[in-house]
Amino acid sequence: MRGTTIMRLIKTAATTVALTVLLAACGQGSATKEAAAPEGKSVVRYMNFSSNDGHEKDLTAIVNAFQTANPNITVQVETVPYADYFTKLQTSVAGGTAADAFELNYENFVTYAKNGSLAELKNVDTSVYKKSLVDAFNDGGKQYGVPESFSNVVLFYNKALFKKAGVAEPTAEWTWKDEQAAAAKLTDKGAKVWGDYQPVSYNEFYKVLAQNGGEFLNADKTAATFNSPAGVEAAKFLIDKVGKSMPTEADGAGTPDFDSKLFKSGKLAMWHTGIWMFSAMAAAPFEWDVVVEPGNTKKASAMFVNGLVVSAASKNAEAAQKWVTFLASSDDTTKTRLATSWELPPVADEAKLAPYLDQKKPANRKAVFAALEETVLPPVIERQQEMQDLVTAELTSAAAGRKPVEKALADAQTKVNGLLKK
Amino acid sequence: MKANATPVRTKTRKPGGWKRLGWVLFFLLPSAIPLFVFTLVPMVSSLWVSLHKWNLISPMEWVGLGNYRNLLTDEMTRRVFLHTLIYVAGYLPIVYAGGLCLALALNQKLKGRAFLRATYFLPVVTSWVVVALVWKWLLNPTNGLVNQVLGAIGLPEPGWWTDPHWALPAVILSSAWKDLGFVMVILLAGLQAIPSDIYEAAKVDGSSAWQRFWRVTLPLLSPSTFFVVVISLINGFQVFDQVYVMTAGGPSGSSQVVVGQIYDLTFRYGRAGEASALSWILFAVILLITVVQIRGQRRWVHYA
Repeated sequence: MRGTTIMRLIKTAATTVALTVLLAACGQGSATKEAAAPEGKSVVRYMNFSSNDGHEKDLTAIVNAFQTANPNITVQVETVPYADYFTKLQTSVAGGTAADAFELNYENFVTYAKNGSLAELKNVDTSVYKKSLVDAFNDGGKQYGVPESFSNVVLFYNKALFKKAGVAEPTAEWTWKDEQAAAAKLTDKGAKVWGDYQPVSYNEFYKVLAQNGGEFLNADKTAATFNSPAGVEAAKFLIDKVGKSMPTEADGAGTPDFDSKLFKSGKLAMWHTGIWMFSAMAAAPFEWDVVVEPGNTKKASAMFVNGLVVSAASKNAEAAQKWVTFLASSDDTTKTRLATSWELPPVADEAKLAPYLDQKKPANRKAVFAALEETVLPPVIERQQEMQDLVTAELTSAAAGRKPVEKALADAQTKVNGLLKK
Repeated sequence: MKANATPVRTKTRKPGGWKRLGWVLFFLLPSAIPLFVFTLVPMVSSLWVSLHKWNLISPMEWVGLGNYRNLLTDEMTRRVFLHTLIYVAGYLPIVYAGGLCLALALNQKLKGRAFLRATYFLPVVTSWVVVALVWKWLLNPTNGLVNQVLGAIGLPEPGWWTDPHWALPAVILSSAWKDLGFVMVILLAGLQAIPSDIYEAAKVDGSSAWQRFWRVTLPLLSPSTFFVVVISLINGFQVFDQVYVMTAGGPSGSSQVVVGQIYDLTFRYGRAGEASALSWILFAVILLITVVQIRGQRRWVHYA
């Protein structure tokens, strides 16, 4: 008797549990429901990541300004952390529950423009935006989005630590050598003070590659070209920092907020990060400033652009376009972005950016604009996420000493070429 | 085994059989509808999807068995199956031996026995996300409790989830800890079902406690053992939550398991076709292993 019961139990359990695996492929969609709109009013659902972690109320201020100017439109904001954003977006687009308007960074724009999930924007006044930025959201002659904001990466440094170690503060003329020498002097492992922090990742690698005169992809983007002498030298520059002047994975490097906490606690002398960190560091209990990142054979600063798009499935496309235009280029938005040291507004009229420089911390704000003179955009392919993940994984292997740098780069290049072929 | 033979079903339908069938179907409906909508439909559609190239958004593109061919020659597939096998091979002995020790101990007449049983069962009913986060914190390489204790008694302090050699062991350890209570409860029930007169007879015959354990307890516990092994293997091959929370498959993919790969393929890389194909490959592997176990049971499972 017992045998049959157990057998039956096992059979049922085996089938149910095995089937559950298959269910993994039909995960959860966006649960957001559209609120019922009163007569004559339309609701625009807007999903974003860039207001997460500190700028939520600034976005609310922009929404309120828009609703005052357009009493017939209500904007419903959904804010998702960057780490989960693209998974959530993909699922909701696939499930037909995508927001009417949403944010896309430049790297992911190409994927979405090509797969037909974006509505073409009609009658866009492109003259109000910086040309290079608005062109970034044009695919094959069709304007699928407007630029929302842009930001770049600079070198943050803790003035108190430099003073204590007797090291001259960084200048715009610094090269990798100066940075390495200073990082070595600033690192004091006994006091748990680190000289430098620059993640070993795709985002840092394509940048140092450009700083060393290398190219990530060939001109027509059909093959990877980063496994070059310049590439190997650039990767070594990054990887040699690990454990020497920079914390390792085992110290916690690479986990969320690790670097911002380290810098804020006064235990990090130099930090390569984005200008979106200005407001979060404003309250740091020590003096700090920023400077254009050092280069090697040339200067190259990472620049990130976010854009706003309207879902092809939106039933309120017109209202949605009104909202994204407002969020991208209205004076209310520009003022809010500048006053709160959020990312920079993409406006063509540079006079409007002036108030940004009037704010106190950090003192050398003009470095943000100086860095824009020589920038590098992320290399983009259709299978972007896979490329980013695999380049980071190979570099991490080399950083942990599991592979020579040369081998890691060669392997990464072979794999990226594989992605370009499929 | 004779006693287990399937009862002979009467071929002739009793009068009123159709009416009875109607009632049976009626009572089955509440569970049949979700089963159909959330299990059978997705299952069949995943088979269909596995024959296509699909990024979840653009229209599907027929590729026949191309996804299966790609996966079977892909080095990544081999790696994720290897990691999953290592996980199962590490997890199963620990969870079974640990669960058996607990069951034997808590089968004795102890003070506070019910409290202890409940305590050991607590992790089983706790959410995996909570458990994995707590373990991730305990196993923090620099300031986790485990390494502080290891360091204090002069043992080496592994990098746990930051070291590719230790990431899987960290996952195995936390999984075994969580499931210990489940194995214990099943084996405890098995122990209590063993008739005490067999032990008495063995004692009269002059057997030692050790002999009674090997000759009486273990053989008569074998149906429960069989159940635990089958269920644990099936669950083990589907390991996901704890890996996702503790290591996300890292560092450098060193702890990526099959279901984790299915998840990444679908939701991170938009390759739902290959993910569905990998689900079916995993299904085939689990089915095969389970069938082999059920066939092999007559050699070692004794039903009282």
